[in-house]
Amino acid sequence: MICGKEPVAEGGPGIRERYSRFVGRKMAFLFLLSICIVLLAGFSATLGSANLSVSEVYFAILARFFPGHFQTTWFAETVVWGLRLHRIMMAMVAGAGLAVAGAAMQGILRNPLASPFTLGISSAASFGAALAIVMGAGFAGGEYLIIGNAFLCTLLASLAVYGLARYKGITPETMILAGIAIMYLFSALTSFLQYVGQAEQVAEVVFWMMGSLGRSSWEKVWMVLAVLALCLPYLLLKSWDINALGAGDETAKSLGVNVERTRVVSMMLASLITASVICFTGTIGFVGLVSPHIARMAIGADNRFLLPASALCGSLLLLAADAAARTILAPVILPVGIMTSFLGVPFFIYLFLKRRKEFW
Amino acid sequence: MVNITIRGLSFGYRSRRILKDLNLIVEDSEILGLVGPNGSGKTTLIKCMDRILKPAGSIILDGQDIKDISQRELARQMGYVPQSSPAPPNITVFDSILMGRRPHLGWRVSENDLDKVVEVMEMLHIEDFAMKDFSELSGGQRQKVLIARALAQEPSVLLLDEPTSNLDMKHQLEVMETIRSLVLARGISAVMAIHDLNLACRFVDKLAILKDGTIHAAGEPSSLLTEETIRSVYGVEAVVMGHMDRPYVVPLRSLNEGLVCE
Repeated sequence: MICGKEPVAEGGPGIRERYSRFVGRKMAFLFLLSICIVLLAGFSATLGSANLSVSEVYFAILARFFPGHFQTTWFAETVVWGLRLHRIMMAMVAGAGLAVAGAAMQGILRNPLASPFTLGISSAASFGAALAIVMGAGFAGGEYLIIGNAFLCTLLASLAVYGLARYKGITPETMILAGIAIMYLFSALTSFLQYVGQAEQVAEVVFWMMGSLGRSSWEKVWMVLAVLALCLPYLLLKSWDINALGAGDETAKSLGVNVERTRVVSMMLASLITASVICFTGTIGFVGLVSPHIARMAIGADNRFLLPASALCGSLLLLAADAAARTILAPVILPVGIMTSFLGVPFFIYLFLKRRKEFW
Repeated sequence: MVNITIRGLSFGYRSRRILKDLNLIVEDSEILGLVGPNGSGKTTLIKCMDRILKPAGSIILDGQDIKDISQRELARQMGYVPQSSPAPPNITVFDSILMGRRPHLGWRVSENDLDKVVEVMEMLHIEDFAMKDFSELSGGQRQKVLIARALAQEPSVLLLDEPTSNLDMKHQLEVMETIRSLVLARGISAVMAIHDLNLACRFVDKLAILKDGTIHAAGEPSSLLTEETIRSVYGVEAVVMGHMDRPYVVPLRSLNEGLVCE
């Protein structure tokens, strides 16, 4: 009786057609975000004490790639390439990195409150930086003392979480609990360092923890970009498996997914991305938590689209936050970590209230 | 088109042994109902059959031990329908079912995969909410989507863990009728854990009664379900009536042998 029934003729379009429109809308969203980022990046490069118009900025950028076709001045070129563009690029790659790490964490932990910092990463990075600032001790020397410390402590924290969780089985619950334990351990260590440190050292630690793009350089942009280029393809490749994890570990296993390996490798890559970003910028919060939510509300939770969409949302958010941080109290530049929340929270609350549907 | 032979299956969590040296054969194109009291090992057995849990002993699927098959290959052979599923929002019903194609597809979704999803949806009459969120569905609709996902895997064996436990009368019958006709139409086998003995009797070809992690008895429902069996397995005094060639169980009272008021 179930099989014998004729398919009911419907007035509306068929399922296939509706589904391809649904996919089309997602592609359009990705495209739209990319356009916004390019425009905002150009606009952001005009902000500052040297007055440059939008067209001067774009000409300065294009002249580097097509020297014969575009004319630019030495002044515009120096300001754009030497001073502003690396900071803008850093905002873009850092935002993208933190957002992708957040989306991956939320996926593998099946938890809407997960972020790149869920597993104690931010407090570990802060401890690493504090160790360098207060004690002058660390794993690397010179300019890279703080950076190297923050990076290695972050990875150390991830390994510790993995080790603890592995003991009881790699489930979202064990990982989050292990993450909380590690987080408290590192924040206690940081507090101790702040307690014994001198006033100006403590101030420097606090400033580091606010997150800032002021320390960016082309060299650092390339390093973050390289890590992203290494990790993002793998996460995208595994997006089907991360989707399956969302349906529960047992279902994922029954669909042929190696649950524990997917979870561990994704977590390690997300940690690596986060470490490579925050060792240069300090802990920029909020972007990694909220960008995936914004993307999810716009195009749904299919990680094949969610991961790139989160990355673009993160880029856009951090770019906008940086533009605002540079202009609001100009010539004073606010730490971007403060600005992300000021800018992102109202937008997030608006989305959150506007949608009637359950959003997680 | 396949049969499953389970030999000497044992499984336990740290201190407690759930399955003890269990033997069972599932023939092709039949529905096998697993019944038994709570904690008798029905769900565990189903999870072992899909290697969600890794038991000792052997499960031979078509002459091959499933230990030697990759998880992905096994996923093409066996479809698992969980009792319930977490419902992350913002996943459409279509995408939920498309997930069932995961053992077959690389990264790109082919036309064939999409066709299969549409086919399954039409078969289960759930095409109307293809674009709805899975999290917005009712219990009965969710159950159908979970079955649809398992069918999109195109398995030769369907494993179902209490597919009717959260459903009203009508949906219970609908789900059972669906499974019955799928088994007939596609020549697949189904193994289903189920609590409702009367529902089981109406729809399964064979029953296996589990008690304390072993098969207490297995066979045709009509010969298997007697008042004695129900007393010894469930500790329940019941009357078994014949109705339309099927046994019909009316439970009367529980026998609390051990409970004595001092």
